[in-house]
Amino acid sequence: MKKRNYINPYLGGVLLGLVLLMAYFVSGRGLGASGALKSVIITGVNTVTPEHAENTAYYKQYSQSHPEGPMKSWLVFEMLGVVVGAFVSGALAGRLKFKVEHSPKITSKRRLIFALGGGILFGFGSQLGRGCTSGSALSGMAVLSMGGIITMVAIFGTGFALAYFFRKNWI
Amino acid sequence: MGPLVVNELISSSANFLMAFLIGIGFGFVLESSGFSSSRKLAGVFYGYDTVVLKVFFTAAITAMLGLLFFSLFGWIDLSLIYINPTYLPSAIAGGVIMGAGFIMGGFCPGTSVCAAAIGKIDALVFIGGIFIGVFAFGEGYPLWESFFKAGFLGFPRLNEVIGVSQGVLAFVIVLIAFGAFYVGEWAEQKFPQKEY
Repeated sequence: MKKRNYINPYLGGVLLGLVLLMAYFVSGRGLGASGALKSVIITGVNTVTPEHAENTAYYKQYSQSHPEGPMKSWLVFEMLGVVVGAFVSGALAGRLKFKVEHSPKITSKRRLIFALGGGILFGFGSQLGRGCTSGSALSGMAVLSMGGIITMVAIFGTGFALAYFFRKNWI
Repeated sequence: MGPLVVNELISSSANFLMAFLIGIGFGFVLESSGFSSSRKLAGVFYGYDTVVLKVFFTAAITAMLGLLFFSLFGWIDLSLIYINPTYLPSAIAGGVIMGAGFIMGGFCPGTSVCAAAIGKIDALVFIGGIFIGVFAFGEGYPLWESFFKAGFLGFPRLNEVIGVSQGVLAFVIVLIAFGAFYVGEWAEQKFPQKEY
């Protein structure tokens, strides 16, 4: 299948902004991502070792605020939609393909090691910062939240500050 | 009128259905904009591709202005929408750790799910990393609980802190965004990168 190009980034931004606006209008809340992954972890811990979940403060707090269970959450349904939406977009554009994407200057193995490390940091940081790029930075900025804007500046500021040290991976 | 759920105009089951539909829009737009490619995403930090900056800022100002106009038209009650809380130390430290994760891994959680949905194996590994990170945070929670809860300032909007109206701050943010677009376009000319 012939590959189609990406859409204009400013058009993409307006569309994403309208999706975010719709989330506030309908549900009174912004978009998110890390929260859904946290629901998966909590479900896993609840299933594998229920006693441990009962005795660990972080999981217990979450269960108390989600009496119907961690998977019955807005973000879980939203992220299921994200998987569908991204898959459809990729299918229409001819981009469905199993691959490890990396700069020609590095090996797949190196790419995967850094992807794992980056994921660990992002997972940890999203809990500490009460949300990731979607829930804290983007949605927080749209409602002018001070905390959201600070987190946004910290994420991108750190990215730029460290870019030099990781340049081999990307350029 | 809005938010529809808070005002009980639609049920909580319908809210989950809407979450799924909104998610489809979210995923579709992210993927079509190129957010399923870590090399495009990381480009913003080196200037060769600033799609992140353009999409992110355009989306933020579109939603921000949309909310202000909706409020002006009486379509939404802004006092009923969720405002992220502000815990100063953890907002900064969390952001710094996420920034390091971004430059190392080339994704954030939402974009990694998009990329995994079209078959990127590095994105799947990144998601595995997120699970480990979230699990580690939960397991070690007593160690950083006091830091996590320190410096709580409530749910302030930035304009309240600096003492201007929402409209004035929104206007300044729009100006900053346009300045950023200019820098982004300039950087792409200055640091071109071949096909990737």
